[in-house]
Amino acid sequence: MNDVTTDAGLPVRPVYEADAVDASRIGLPGESPFTRGNFKDGYRHKLWTFRQYSGFGTAEESNERYRYLLSQGGTGLSVALDLPSQCGYDSDDSDVEEEVGKVGVAIDTLADAEILFDGIPLDSISTSFTINGTAAIILAMYVAVGEKQGVPREKLRGTIQNDILKEYTSRGTWIWPPVPSLRLIADTIEFCAAEVPRFNAISVAGAHFRDSGANAAQEMALTLQDGITYCDEVVSRGRMTIDQFAPQISFFFYTHGDFFEEIAKYRAGRRRWAEIVTDRFGAKNPKSAMFRFGVVCGGASLYAPQAQNNRVRVAYEAMASVLGGVQSMFTAAWDEPFALPTEESTTFALRTQQILAYETGVARTVDPLGGSYFVESLTDDMEDRVKAIMADLEAQGGMVKAIESGYVQRLIAEEAYRSQLALEAGERLVVGVNKFADGQPPPDAIGYELDAENRKRQMDRLADVKKRRDDGQVSETLNALGRAARGTDNLMSYLINCVNAYCTVAEMVDVLKSEWGEFEQPRVF
Amino acid sequence: MAARILVAKPGLDGHDRGAKLVAVALRDAGFEVIYTGIRQLPVDIATIAVQENVDMVGLSILSGAHMALVRKTIIALEEAGGGDIPVVVGGTIPSFDVEPLQELGVRATFPTGSSLTDLVAGVHKVLDQHAAETEGTSWTS
Amino acid sequence: MSTPTVARPSLDDELHAATQGNVRSIGRLVSAVENADATVLAAIATRKVGAPLVVGLTGPPGVGKSTATDGLIAHYRAAGRTVAVLAIDPTSPLTGGAILGDRIRMLRHVKDPGVYIRSFAARRQLGGLAETTETAIRLLAVIGFDIILVETVGIGQSEVDIARVASTTVVLVSPRGGDGMQAVKAGVLEIADIFVVNKAELPGAEETVRDLTEALAHRRPAPDSWRPPIVRASAATPGGLDDLAIALEQHREWLEHHPVQPGQVRAELVRRALKDAAVDRFRRALAVPDDAVARVLEGVTPVDAVIDELVLLGRSSRPITL
Repeated sequence: MNDVTTDAGLPVRPVYEADAVDASRIGLPGESPFTRGNFKDGYRHKLWTFRQYSGFGTAEESNERYRYLLSQGGTGLSVALDLPSQCGYDSDDSDVEEEVGKVGVAIDTLADAEILFDGIPLDSISTSFTINGTAAIILAMYVAVGEKQGVPREKLRGTIQNDILKEYTSRGTWIWPPVPSLRLIADTIEFCAAEVPRFNAISVAGAHFRDSGANAAQEMALTLQDGITYCDEVVSRGRMTIDQFAPQISFFFYTHGDFFEEIAKYRAGRRRWAEIVTDRFGAKNPKSAMFRFGVVCGGASLYAPQAQNNRVRVAYEAMASVLGGVQSMFTAAWDEPFALPTEESTTFALRTQQILAYETGVARTVDPLGGSYFVESLTDDMEDRVKAIMADLEAQGGMVKAIESGYVQRLIAEEAYRSQLALEAGERLVVGVNKFADGQPPPDAIGYELDAENRKRQMDRLADVKKRRDDGQVSETLNALGRAARGTDNLMSYLINCVNAYCTVAEMVDVLKSEWGEFEQPRVF
Repeated sequence: MAARILVAKPGLDGHDRGAKLVAVALRDAGFEVIYTGIRQLPVDIATIAVQENVDMVGLSILSGAHMALVRKTIIALEEAGGGDIPVVVGGTIPSFDVEPLQELGVRATFPTGSSLTDLVAGVHKVLDQHAAETEGTSWTS
Repeated sequence: MSTPTVARPSLDDELHAATQGNVRSIGRLVSAVENADATVLAAIATRKVGAPLVVGLTGPPGVGKSTATDGLIAHYRAAGRTVAVLAIDPTSPLTGGAILGDRIRMLRHVKDPGVYIRSFAARRQLGGLAETTETAIRLLAVIGFDIILVETVGIGQSEVDIARVASTTVVLVSPRGGDGMQAVKAGVLEIADIFVVNKAELPGAEETVRDLTEALAHRRPAPDSWRPPIVRASAATPGGLDDLAIALEQHREWLEHHPVQPGQVRAELVRRALKDAAVDRFRRALAVPDDAVARVLEGVTPVDAVIDELVLLGRSSRPITL
């Protein structure tokens, strides 16, 4: 870490005095612009949510695990899908065969979703899907499974990530170009607000910007700019006001190791979002202006050499997140950089949060750092930096243009390179890596096992569904989807019809590809 | 004469931080780098490699599917007439997969966490070895 | 593990394989041209070829050259013509390295055997960019491509160089800000056979068209000369390049009636190939004697006199034949 600036390059003085702070900007917790937190009593009555790791597998295996979790009193499920399902390919596509079932469950048709949620009452649980490109299709399947169980839409609870913009720059599960993708996301937001009111249609993620190399200020600025883009898309249709959907938007970040910078990032982000939603979009409901966010502690801030050191990193990051006012937190296991975490390592990660919540006393008072000369000053500096980056993105023509031209990708890649060179030059210190290194080889990576039998079962099931379904209904619903894609109707009801006819994910995706085209990667360098 | 290197990401995994770092580091080390983005099919990587007549193909894979994807790419290179082009692999490569990858024909592996300095040195080494093996091969008249 | 030394075919066989569509052979031959391999230069300079359409595309970064190139590939492929692309990128002046990324916009053609795409780093070329590009074009013509597209960023001299080697030079300008006028100021007015105002759907496009029209109006072209049209295009939109395709066809027809003397071009190529081959052979044949070095170091003989001696020595060391 540099002596005189934070990781993101914000200057840090040797000492801060009263003149560093504009006291009028500090405000109170629970009052807009929420610099000191969304709620006036902080964590006194409600701690942040502790999230835990959830594994991979086939629909059958995942279903079994969900049933176990529910029997133990769990109330939330977390679903990871394999890459073909995320990118819109079916399991029988030979181009993607080696990825089927690899990093999550394979979903080709409603039949897979039926098995995944078999015997799980969808009216009594909340399900979180890490899904973006095909989020609308997965949402349609969830609604369809609910209907088969006799659960009305207004009782379904959960979240789809559904944040396509960061996929173009950082995570890569894009399908269509940005403009039609935004339309589909706006369709899901409208649909949830109107028919599935307890389901969050979007979680705007900065974490992936961070993981691909952005610094803290860039992470916050890019995420807020994404949030603006989604709100613009919905509001510009003139069918909904900001207050009808903004309370359902949540955000998601990585907390890394620069302690006070991370705290300032969250405080500045809250203030910025409140002002954006109020000033730019004219929100009247204070809940619309609340910046609700979850975090992951770990990711690219963890290292394989002297891997046990990661336990300490995660603990500091967790404390920074709480002092920043987080709503839900996932603490990574110390062995995450090189392995599928074990039961021991994930339990320890959870204990890290529990010790923080119940032993350290950080949750006793709201925003304990509020009014600190340093923290308030750094919050102001962070906000200025975030504003400047956002103004630059606007000057590029907004987020979509800045992605299509490769500008955002370049911004992130350059920062990643700068940071890596600083590490290799010893300007940025990491204990066990370039300071106090012991020359021991890092622990070995443990590969994800691919079960050939499970893949065959998935292919057999898909072949069977294709044989048994009503082909007339398949082509009828797909044709209707294609026609609707050319117009401006909300596509959710068309997707639900396709899903109920057992159309495959790739069939629906391909119909929309033929109408909308595919995203073409820009030149970044 | 600057060597030409194709940096490619086969498979669906979209995490290209490492691939981009490598592309920039190789450029700054004086190489000509051809970078074509994420989600490339092995057969397309092979076509690009022979069209561009690169001196090396570098694959970046983080999904854990490296064995299957490297095998496909090497077979595709052979079928495209580029079986002589050295292949190196970076990403989440456990040490117990290094030997099986070498048996497939991979010349060097750079697991996540390798420094760019080591990577550039490793690339030079592979290119030097390859040059020594193929020295004096020009067209006969 | 050691790989057996790779046996190469003869140059004739390699050229033959290339004309049969062997991509590996084409790739190797282009590299030889890049490396100014005198044997290859001589071999292709003496061959008779058809007259491919050589289209040079140039313009500032971000104007959409690669997307336009991609669209033209699709256009000519739909007409059944084979297409080769040379995508030229700038080189880092500090390290000599380069990231060559233009072909990312043309990925959809990777499976088409009728399309060959090759990235070039601008400052690597030993014999100069325009010379190397010209030879590469000649090679691709020998191999039998119908259409050759040469794409280069408009920095410094390279756009002017492209105009020399292309039969039709397309200059792209984008409507954003003052880029359009800047391109005109940079002196490309003289080299363009066709102007393209790309991203014509953006605000400012009509102004750019007006600016260009006005700038061209000041020129007094010879009575019989080609008058560059100003074409609106949206390279990223289906049908957005139709007007450019029409203009290219018109220019091709015009060229048919106003041909450059082909004999002149071939003679020039042969002359250059001869010179390159001779210089190459001279360089290889000449060994500088220790005695000459010592005399220069000691100041016994003037440098010029030693060079004269060396020229004589090189000439006598081996007869120069092709």
